[in-house]
Amino acid sequence: MARKKLQIAIYWGAACGGCDVSILDTNEFILDIDALADIRLWPIAADGKYEDVEEMVDQELDVAIMNGAVRNSENEYIAKLLRRKSKVFVAYGSCACMGGIPGLANLTSRDEILTTAYLDNPSLEPGNRTVPIPTTQVNGYELTIPRFYDRVYKLDQVVYVDYYVPGCPPAPEQSKAAITALAMALTGQAEAPPKGSVVGASDRALCEDCTRTKSEKKVKRFYRPWEIIADPDVCLLEQGILCAGPATRSGCGVRCPSSGIPCRGCYGRAPGVVDQGAKLLSAVASIIDSKDPDEIDAILDMLPDFTSFANRYSIPGSPLQRSHRQ
Amino acid sequence: MSRKISIDPITRLEGHGKIEIYLTDDGAVEETFFQIPELRGFERFVVGRPIEELPRIVTRICGVCPASHHMASAKAVDGCFGGEVAPLAHKLRDMYYQAHFIHSHLAHFYALAAPDFVLGPDADPSTRNILGVVHKVGLEIGGAVIDARGKAQEIQRIIGGRNTQDIWCLPGGVAKGLKPEELETIKPWIDGLYEFTQFSLQLFRDVVLADPAYVDLILHGPYTLDVHNMGVVDRDNAPNFYDGEVRVVDFDGDEICRYSAEQYADHVAEHVESWTYLKFPYLKQRGWKGFVEGIDTSLYCATPLARLNVADRMATPRATEAFEEMFATIGGHPSRAILANHWARLVEMVQNAETLQMYCADPEITGTEVRVVPQHVTGEGFGIIEAMRGTLTHHYTCDEKAICTSANLIVGTTNNNAPIQMVTKKVASSLIKPGTEPDQGILNMIEMAFRAFDPCYSCATHSLPGELPLEVRVHRSGEITHTFKRHC
Repeated sequence: MARKKLQIAIYWGAACGGCDVSILDTNEFILDIDALADIRLWPIAADGKYEDVEEMVDQELDVAIMNGAVRNSENEYIAKLLRRKSKVFVAYGSCACMGGIPGLANLTSRDEILTTAYLDNPSLEPGNRTVPIPTTQVNGYELTIPRFYDRVYKLDQVVYVDYYVPGCPPAPEQSKAAITALAMALTGQAEAPPKGSVVGASDRALCEDCTRTKSEKKVKRFYRPWEIIADPDVCLLEQGILCAGPATRSGCGVRCPSSGIPCRGCYGRAPGVVDQGAKLLSAVASIIDSKDPDEIDAILDMLPDFTSFANRYSIPGSPLQRSHRQ
Repeated sequence: MSRKISIDPITRLEGHGKIEIYLTDDGAVEETFFQIPELRGFERFVVGRPIEELPRIVTRICGVCPASHHMASAKAVDGCFGGEVAPLAHKLRDMYYQAHFIHSHLAHFYALAAPDFVLGPDADPSTRNILGVVHKVGLEIGGAVIDARGKAQEIQRIIGGRNTQDIWCLPGGVAKGLKPEELETIKPWIDGLYEFTQFSLQLFRDVVLADPAYVDLILHGPYTLDVHNMGVVDRDNAPNFYDGEVRVVDFDGDEICRYSAEQYADHVAEHVESWTYLKFPYLKQRGWKGFVEGIDTSLYCATPLARLNVADRMATPRATEAFEEMFATIGGHPSRAILANHWARLVEMVQNAETLQMYCADPEITGTEVRVVPQHVTGEGFGIIEAMRGTLTHHYTCDEKAICTSANLIVGTTNNNAPIQMVTKKVASSLIKPGTEPDQGILNMIEMAFRAFDPCYSCATHSLPGELPLEVRVHRSGEITHTFKRHC
């Protein structure tokens, strides 16, 4: 008997489109997905409408794969709609899993964003005082635009997420593995991964997959990437270059350190790590070659704006979540 | 009571572009508004970050054109450190960027533009997509498109370590060079891409130019706009996507101004309207004059066609031949026919492929001197490049510790915001007349107007270039009498 094709939807929230490009970058695998599943909604490649999803019975979809963070009410509406209509809901990419780069906006405020964009930059029309507002009357017509949320949320702050596929964007090979694993589970050909687990990534920390040489060396100073030409073979952290490898899950193919560029943690916290930022801080502290508090302070001063390194992709999902001001 | 047509993904939702069309009592178009309902705030939240981190943060403005932001940002950051860059790094960045152009232009031409021409503007919307194109032209061509786009991505990965979400540029150069064995791997792919650009041009001739109705639409339809043109050129006034000076010419071909990156704020300013989050750039010396066409307007396009309009020739020989063929066919240089943007993209891809071939033959390209370590923080930098969708400007300042203190971005599509408003109204007015009912074909003809710009609302909304989901609703006396919807 022919097996019924899987019913899937792929959608985006507050995203850059890179996650969809990463799926396109699986190239001919897209045709495999097409053979395996009916793609009920995927704006980049297939026709489909919100209404089609709204008209589905609950849990009609086998899998919904959503990328992007939640920045406004549309993102939240779609996340909740897809959650209701699907048996399995997957957060795809760093924004969906952790808040991602757009989540850095949580370190500032909506008012500051509007001021910078419309009142305080060098290319504005001289004398401009206009700022976009939710409702405007133009020649008797009422025009409306949405007010965006004060902060960015990761998906599981809005809906229950069954599985997480991290990465900014997820490496195409890992996307294939994740989609294949889910398809096997849903068609009864393999056991389903435990609910709430990370799929399409490694169970190791990035450092364990990095081929750079490590020698337990301690450092007397840190270098910012602009200050040094990195040795191509030695652990970046042991060269004094901040690298999030010890705190970060592997699965990306070590693509940044292999190219001479330090990891910034886009695959999220490593297995067993509760807070990626705290883990990175402890890794940094452990390689400082000093016991003198003043000297340690001076060495740490070489790493300004540590918050944006500690949780580059995960501010909304970190214990901090956003800046808190008196 | 007047009628209102909303082109909106779904009005109670937020986050996508929407077009409001207001009709007079007798059913003619009175006013249109193209609204962009979202803002991300990158210019604000990069403040306080170490300046050298910006090229790997701003790529998330758009995952479809991340290399454009990466390169413009890298150049602005170079400037914050005095501007010295290893000469080989400039070559490698330029090489990498050509491959990125091909990836993006191919995706636009085949997935977004081709359905209108191959299947026809009024084809069933459910078939008017890349799969419909593949079914019409054959699976073999579809496979070739997937392969070519994949190779363009892979070339970037090999040169720069990653493709989507680039990491490679550092102040003073790049993090890694190109190894001889890597060059050998990509060489045949690059030759293949060149062949594919020739194939694509031939396809355009066979499918579009051979059909008098399409040629008539391009040349004589409502798809023309009398605004000026902007693009980056080299010393010989040939297009240069990675570096050069910005040149602005009017629609008769006379130069209005020419400026280098650090002079951008003397020449371009941005007007704000309260009903959209996207600003409206204009030529500052002329002042904001509103949404008007004509020789005195301060508005300009920054598109593939605009880049060719400001150029005297292409930078490479076969691309120049394609350039001459195009302008001879569309009535001379410069052109106001915005649908010719699709052809212009193909001409640009020829230059991209030829430039890649030129670098492959450069004996220095596999050298190892790919970076100069900066010695000073100088505090301000400007980066201008041509993004696929228009001139892209990044301007940063930083403090003495190289922490970002301000960032100003004028994104490719933003340049075209006012022209897109205007051409949308023009096309709607020419198609929706008293006594005619808007239908799916008319909706798509309106959409074709702004699709020609390949608008990248990834930068402002969540849509991929040209991928605005649409809903058209016809209101009569307060009731909805027609609804047209589609998603791609």
